[in-house]
Amino acid sequence: MPSLAALALPLAKVGEVGESFFHHRTSETLPCQATDKLFCFDWAKENIGSYGTPTLQHIELVVFSVLAGLAIAFTLALVAHRRRWLRGPLLGATGVLYTVPSLAFFFLLQPITGLGRDTVIIVLAAYTLQIIYRNAMAGLANVPTSVRDAARGMGLTDRQILWRVELPLATPEIVAGLRIATVSTVAIATLAVFAGGGGLGQKIYTGGGLTFKTNIIIAGAIAMLMAFAFDLILFAIQRFTTPWRKARET
Amino acid sequence: MIGALPPLFLPASIGGAIEFIVEPQSSNVTGGKKVGGLEQVIELTITQLELTAIALAISIAVALPLGLYLGHRGTGELLAVGLGNIGRAIPELALIAFMAAVIGVGLLNVSIALAVLGVPPILTNAFVGIHQVDRASVDAARGIGMTEQEILFKVEMPLAVPTLMAGIRGATIAIVATATIAPLAGVLTLGDFIINRNVYGPSGVLAGAILVALLALALESLLAWLQRLLTSRGLRLSAA
Repeated sequence: MPSLAALALPLAKVGEVGESFFHHRTSETLPCQATDKLFCFDWAKENIGSYGTPTLQHIELVVFSVLAGLAIAFTLALVAHRRRWLRGPLLGATGVLYTVPSLAFFFLLQPITGLGRDTVIIVLAAYTLQIIYRNAMAGLANVPTSVRDAARGMGLTDRQILWRVELPLATPEIVAGLRIATVSTVAIATLAVFAGGGGLGQKIYTGGGLTFKTNIIIAGAIAMLMAFAFDLILFAIQRFTTPWRKARET
Repeated sequence: MIGALPPLFLPASIGGAIEFIVEPQSSNVTGGKKVGGLEQVIELTITQLELTAIALAISIAVALPLGLYLGHRGTGELLAVGLGNIGRAIPELALIAFMAAVIGVGLLNVSIALAVLGVPPILTNAFVGIHQVDRASVDAARGIGMTEQEILFKVEMPLAVPTLMAGIRGATIAIVATATIAPLAGVLTLGDFIINRNVYGPSGVLAGAILVALLALALESLLAWLQRLLTSRGLRLSAA
């Protein structure tokens, strides 16, 4: 588990709306903005700076919720690994959480946790549980019995077998689940704007309605690039934490 | 942003939400016209189901044949699996907003936008499901004289039902969830209760959230039941 110190990202305040939030329409409307072209380069050049804070908020939402989701799902997987009867119910429960649409989820939580960033993180974390839990269980189940027997033969206790043999061998599946969960979370986090959670969604939708095309395209592109960047980082981690796989390939 | 929407942070109660669903309530901004009530709830539910069904039908029509074909041939893995990975990264809100701006609003246009979300999971799962069918079974089928078409429909597809259905269920969850923000593109679904909260008030928002959640869970259960129905008896026995 990464330490909490690794989370020391600069915290952008949600709800803190700089001038960047409002389009720079105050001066004059740019020509390409007025003709409603698909993409207005002049506007983009002038306003690209206003995406900084929403992007940072978006990253925070994703990092916090995926880490929380990982901690919970990993614990659930360890518990269910020992207690077989828990597997079905846990899969069902995480499945229910996964099925509830995020917009509904935000407002179901509103009477309990209010709205804002914390609620968004709870909801996004809840979505990651199913994927991470299922992959972790599959990873643990795929450890060959012969390997387990060999470890036991060498005198390892159940606990040692879990931490030194089973979990390392299950790492590729666990990280694969983490990658899927992270990429989906980046996409879903655009909806955080409806719960007052900030993020890139606020460039796409304001209280009054949808913004114009250039804005939507830039925000959408940043979100997609962010998803691929996270995926790449996790892929690197996957390679780094399982050196034996690389050795076997060569 | 937060300061601009005060009604959003008013507390709502379950009781108020149920009242909103059953009986039309007065609203602050509609000028005396009542909102909510069973009639409107049913109307919006039907629109959301309609939207989901059309979008799902489009994505199945596009993705399933292609996935089955590629899976049977064993080619195009990069396309089928790569598209699935890219599909997960599409931000729903940006997609709806962009499609509304480019192809326009309305039931069919929004259905097409939603279908974009449904294609990747169905395509990937169709490919993987068919591709991972035991080659020995396929060889055996070929050996007893089945045509390629028969192999696909009578051997590979029945064996791949769990994976195929997992793709369709994933697509349905994504589509019905995103259909909730369809009111942004002019199609009034149950999400309207949530998005236009200054019209419907806190009770309306909570009612909308409850209804949307129930609708999604009901659809998911329906598909789970359908999956059991479609899975051949032999497979169910071997799984048990």
